[in-house]
Amino acid sequence: MSQNILRILIADDSDTDRLILQALIKRLGHEVIEAVDGLDAVKKFGEDHPDIVLLDALMPRMDGMEAARHIKVLAGERLVPVIFLTSLSETEDLVRCLEAGGDDFLTKPYNRVIIEAKINAFDRMRRMHDTLSQQHQEISERNRQLLEEQSIARRVFDNVAHTGCLDSPNIHYHASPLSVFNGDVLFASPLPAGGMLIFLGDFTGHGLPAAIGAMPVAEIFYGMARKGFSGADVLREINQKLKLILPTGMFCCGALVEADFKLGQLRVWNGGLPEAWVIRADGDPVLLPSRHLPLGILPPEQFESVMEALQVWPGDRLLMMTDGVLEATNDHGELFGLAGVRRCLDRPGSGRHPFDAVVEGVRQFSVKTAESDDLTLVALDITDQPEVPAVQEQPPPSALAGPTEWRCEYEIRERTLGDFSPLPLLLHICLEVPGLRTRGGEIYTLLSELYNNALEHGVLQLPSEWKHSADGFGRYYSERQARLARVDGHYIRFSLHHTRKPGGGRLRVVCEDSGTGFDFRNHPLVSGQGGGDSPRYAGRGLLLLKRLSNNITFRGRGNHVEIVYDWNFSEHQGDGDDR
Amino acid sequence: MTDRQHLDEEALAELQDVMEDEFDVLIQTYIVDSRDRIASLRTALAASDADAFARTAHSLKGSCINIGAPRLGELCLEAEEAGKAGDLGEGSELVGAIEEEFATVTGLLDRLLVR
Repeated sequence: MSQNILRILIADDSDTDRLILQALIKRLGHEVIEAVDGLDAVKKFGEDHPDIVLLDALMPRMDGMEAARHIKVLAGERLVPVIFLTSLSETEDLVRCLEAGGDDFLTKPYNRVIIEAKINAFDRMRRMHDTLSQQHQEISERNRQLLEEQSIARRVFDNVAHTGCLDSPNIHYHASPLSVFNGDVLFASPLPAGGMLIFLGDFTGHGLPAAIGAMPVAEIFYGMARKGFSGADVLREINQKLKLILPTGMFCCGALVEADFKLGQLRVWNGGLPEAWVIRADGDPVLLPSRHLPLGILPPEQFESVMEALQVWPGDRLLMMTDGVLEATNDHGELFGLAGVRRCLDRPGSGRHPFDAVVEGVRQFSVKTAESDDLTLVALDITDQPEVPAVQEQPPPSALAGPTEWRCEYEIRERTLGDFSPLPLLLHICLEVPGLRTRGGEIYTLLSELYNNALEHGVLQLPSEWKHSADGFGRYYSERQARLARVDGHYIRFSLHHTRKPGGGRLRVVCEDSGTGFDFRNHPLVSGQGGGDSPRYAGRGLLLLKRLSNNITFRGRGNHVEIVYDWNFSEHQGDGDDR
Repeated sequence: MTDRQHLDEEALAELQDVMEDEFDVLIQTYIVDSRDRIASLRTALAASDADAFARTAHSLKGSCINIGAPRLGELCLEAEEAGKAGDLGEGSELVGAIEEEFATVTGLLDRLLVR
């Protein structure tokens, strides 16, 4: 073993003893610093930072024990072995030396073999301590870096995945501030046509890898929801993206809910999350279990994005959670489980919100309060007209003037009718007109009413009456799926035409379909002959079109609808909070 | 009286080996150092300061043991113990014995230096 050259402080008031000791130590190859008493030893320790200290126990001015105490304080976290030089033979004197911080003794007469062995032993100990404290420092530094990285990642993530409309009065949620590092994500966005889209996800894994997958999901979710893509489109896009970027074995359990408050309809897709609950106003629960593999597993061509439709009424509540809720354990090691959730919800008349009941239930059940940081829950109240707080995240107005005089025609045909919604594309074209950008919601509503009427009632010939009963509702949607497979020869054609007007512009939208049309001349709402005591779906759609547009005209056999939408620069100044 | 040797030849041989050129310096230092301490023993005795008496005897004992003068070391231990016990009744006799032994040791060491 290669000899380590050490710097050794020896303090002894006896010149004879000091002479002998320094000669012995120098012969071992070490560097010697001499001190003549305790005070001198403390001073030289501070100046020369020796590795090992040899102290005579009894010295004038300051004895070895007091010097040892000072030296240990000065050494701080460094381990500096202090060895007492002594001819003391009484046990209690030796004990006092150890109590003063001494690590060992050397007795007189000095024996060079023992001195060498002790110095080497303490040198090993000293170096081990140095290594340990260095590693400890490295670990602390690593940990500090990790926390800093997390907080940076968190800030980036927050910029991408703002809270959307999670602060709406009809949404309740629980998520730890760092939940993204547990792999949990929760997004909510208002839809251009009204209603909301909510996504709850749980990535496999923890820490940064889990958070990294969350970023593209947030971007896809908020980007597509704003542009009016359907829930199924959003799911397909998320699945494809995650499949592409996540390594094998990493995926995202998730549930997506599309809420249409006007229609009183929830569309739900659950892939790998615990059962979502719909608690009826009267307390009856409906469970919506996972029917799909998690996101990021199946290739796009095998991915099934059909959403389950469920009719809901004001007073109903939707509850979704990650498996952190079911996996909470009590001090007997029992799991909270689905039964735990059921117990919380099975107390009708308590007047408590199901969300509060479950959160409180898990807290009381769980041993470690920290566990409640690992779970994410969201509840959505079904209301007539939810107030959606203004989304701060308006696309910044382009500096370009944009097109104002243009015309375009877009037709989708046959199988594409079932596979693809033209609405985001059409909306995008319209919103290129600067004056229309703040009117995206209205434009989207107009386009989607025209499109849905053309598709469901025009091409597919689905009677809207079916939607008024619970049975018919289900039948309506299964029939819709079935008929979408038989659309040979069918089409829906949009013609958009925008012109400038003094102080604004005019958008003309014509929507034609290949269906048989309807008898618009005798329709009470079209002919304006009162009636309408039972506001049916089609009636509602028509009312909406009438209210939002300046003019609506039916032509042909009722399969050709034209609306005119005029806008002025002076309007919509109130919500022009463009940051 | 102790039956230990005046000088431990083996220990001295080893010291000579360790100290090399400094051996003479060491012996001279020891002699000067010890003379001072013996004088201090006398002073402490005159002042009836048992504590100082014990401390000085302790120090002297250490270097005597180290230099290889075991009998002198043994006498110092007796003096240290008497001082610690606060009993300086035989202090004068003890210092006398120490002085006598020191003279012997010094004579022997001198011969070592001359050689």
